[in-house]
Amino acid sequence: MSVVAPARHSPLMARRVRSAWLFLAPMLLVLAAVAGWPLIRTVYFSFTDASLADLDARRFVGFDNYFSVLRLPSGRVIYDGLLADPVWWSAVWNTVRFAAISVTCETILGMIVALVLNASFPGRGIVRAAVLIPWAIPTIVSAKMWQWMLNDQFGIINVVLVNLGLIDHKIAWTASADTAMAAVLIVDIWKTTPFMALLILAALQMLPREIIEVARLDGANPWQIFWRVTLPLIRPAVTVAVIFRALDALRIFDLIYVLTPNNVHTKSMSVFTRENLFEFDKFAYGSAASTLFFLILALLTIAYIRIGRISLDGGR
Amino acid sequence: MKPVLALLTLAIGAVLSAAPARAVDLSIVSGDTGNGIKVLREILDRYEKVSGNKVSIVVLPPSTTDQFGLYRLWLAAGNSDIDVYQTDVIWAPQLASQLVDLTQATKDVVGAHFPSIIQSQTVNDRLVALPIFTDAPALYYRKDLLDKYGAKVPATWKELAGTAKLVMDKERAAGNKDIWGFVFQGNAYEGLTCNALEWVMSSGGGRIVEPDGTISVDNPNAAAALDMVRGWIGTISPPGVLAYQEEESRGVWQTGNAVFMRNWPYAYALGNSQASPIKGKFDVAPLPAGAGEGARPVATLGGWNLAVSKYSKHPDAAIGLVKFIASPQMQKYRTLKTSNLPTIQALYDDPDIARQQPIVPRWKQIFLNAVPRPSATVKIKYNEASSEFWTAVHNTLSGEGSAADNLADLQARLSKLKGKGW
Repeated sequence: MSVVAPARHSPLMARRVRSAWLFLAPMLLVLAAVAGWPLIRTVYFSFTDASLADLDARRFVGFDNYFSVLRLPSGRVIYDGLLADPVWWSAVWNTVRFAAISVTCETILGMIVALVLNASFPGRGIVRAAVLIPWAIPTIVSAKMWQWMLNDQFGIINVVLVNLGLIDHKIAWTASADTAMAAVLIVDIWKTTPFMALLILAALQMLPREIIEVARLDGANPWQIFWRVTLPLIRPAVTVAVIFRALDALRIFDLIYVLTPNNVHTKSMSVFTRENLFEFDKFAYGSAASTLFFLILALLTIAYIRIGRISLDGGR
Repeated sequence: MKPVLALLTLAIGAVLSAAPARAVDLSIVSGDTGNGIKVLREILDRYEKVSGNKVSIVVLPPSTTDQFGLYRLWLAAGNSDIDVYQTDVIWAPQLASQLVDLTQATKDVVGAHFPSIIQSQTVNDRLVALPIFTDAPALYYRKDLLDKYGAKVPATWKELAGTAKLVMDKERAAGNKDIWGFVFQGNAYEGLTCNALEWVMSSGGGRIVEPDGTISVDNPNAAAALDMVRGWIGTISPPGVLAYQEEESRGVWQTGNAVFMRNWPYAYALGNSQASPIKGKFDVAPLPAGAGEGARPVATLGGWNLAVSKYSKHPDAAIGLVKFIASPQMQKYRTLKTSNLPTIQALYDDPDIARQQPIVPRWKQIFLNAVPRPSATVKIKYNEASSEFWTAVHNTLSGEGSAADNLADLQARLSKLKGKGW
């Protein structure tokens, strides 16, 4: 940018800016139509008492869906609304916990896989393609597949673990409160590690070989090379990959919906939102949850970008 | 059989072709349980022959909870792609405003159905769905295993737990190590509400919300019933039962790995099908009763109906399709294939049905005495109330909080949901 800055006010530059806007306009219009408008509608519905049975009969209720205080004649005070709903907060906690654990595991495993795939060995091409398979399978299909593998009676995972003597009785993975979240995490990590590995591998391949050569000549051991040279150099790419994954993990829906539907121990924010929007007669409440969900996502992303000190405009 | 059907087909064809109509394309949406979709397709093929219309099936997952969410979404969006919805017996009050009133169009046929079922699908004097089969659960038991160990068919839940434990332990000792005593529907979904209503009410614990709107679920009998079931998990029932819906429990049962199962009549025909390992080895009995005061056997009323969407582009053809599927001939066909209970009174005296699906005449009294879920009382808030109930039950069964605490909590939540009235 700094190169063209002095010419900013020239007629040529003004024309370029105009044509840039012209080229951007269709995309901005489409974005406003498919993202902006629904978002505004959702926020609007969250301030009404809309019901899906009759959307036109809605009334404006202010912040009641978010928080309201009800004073009973008996003097008892009842707090109502999303901010006072323990089920919502447990959904928030489930989602954040899920995102933190899954992204951490996927980053570490993805890094290991990427480092292995970055080395040259015979058949590397085939292995690289094979690693991607879990990522290529649609989530619903892989969730259904894992549901059978995790089945307490016929599931292959229980059979293998029992035959190996690692467990003495079959575990009901998706049923019990202790293992339901673990089951969801296992499937998600299995599915998404290839994505992380791919992004990190791309970053690794951009690294100039010479730097590593030099470090090796200077007597650094592989461990030092990784921590002091490789990791700092690929950090920007890893950070971006982690943001993508974290945003994706925070809106987790399909996997949980198939594996452990309606189970309060794995209910995520999107599952909670869908349930209120469509299953219960609480369209407005679900819209409020949706709005809050959006705000939480936005805040977490901003916080992460700040902490990670990355600039998305390409500067270092 | 064959010539009779051919004759009927001709007769129906004559009736339908009398109406001046152009061929249209219709869609029907239905959940997929057992062999239901296959049989529906066979019925639709007959309809296509006699009417000239084409019908495609949109297949949904078996969980009724999942189906309802989609129905609500499509209807709210005014979706005209679906003409006919297959609806659960509890949904009429929640979906009524978006369904076509069938009262006039079905005047000639409703008399043949059980009045109580027609009543359940009538909202504000509008008949919003026509019943195609009804449901009342049975206790499936392994005749061969009970005989082998000289055990009786249990009449109470306590006897059931005792017999299940006895047979299971002896079978396991004999090397059958995957066998369990009792499987039911313990996943957190509408099916658990059905199961738990039976445990609670058969133990004298009331029906969650009474017909006058009072919330009655927080009582010692109900808590005792849930504590009893909590004791089954991991002893006579596999821990995984807390994730089972109908088909998962049937999976364990039909592979011969359960002594008892609670399920709907559809599992009868499938259990006796050609490839079934338990073919001819099982029978059905009414569900057991609880202990305590006012204890009696209770079966939750289920059942499925067909409704026409208000947004259908071909409502007349759709109503014709609904009447065809709900007709005595097609109900008989369905019952012979699936052992679903018909909603036409005369079919309970049909000799073919009595011979091929003996469960059906035996189940007439049970379904007539079956208890409806409180959907008519709770109306549009039913799904949320049911979800609160099954969550409290599921928590209790998975050992989180005592039954008494969870029910007290549930009572408070339901009161809040009720507000000034249902």
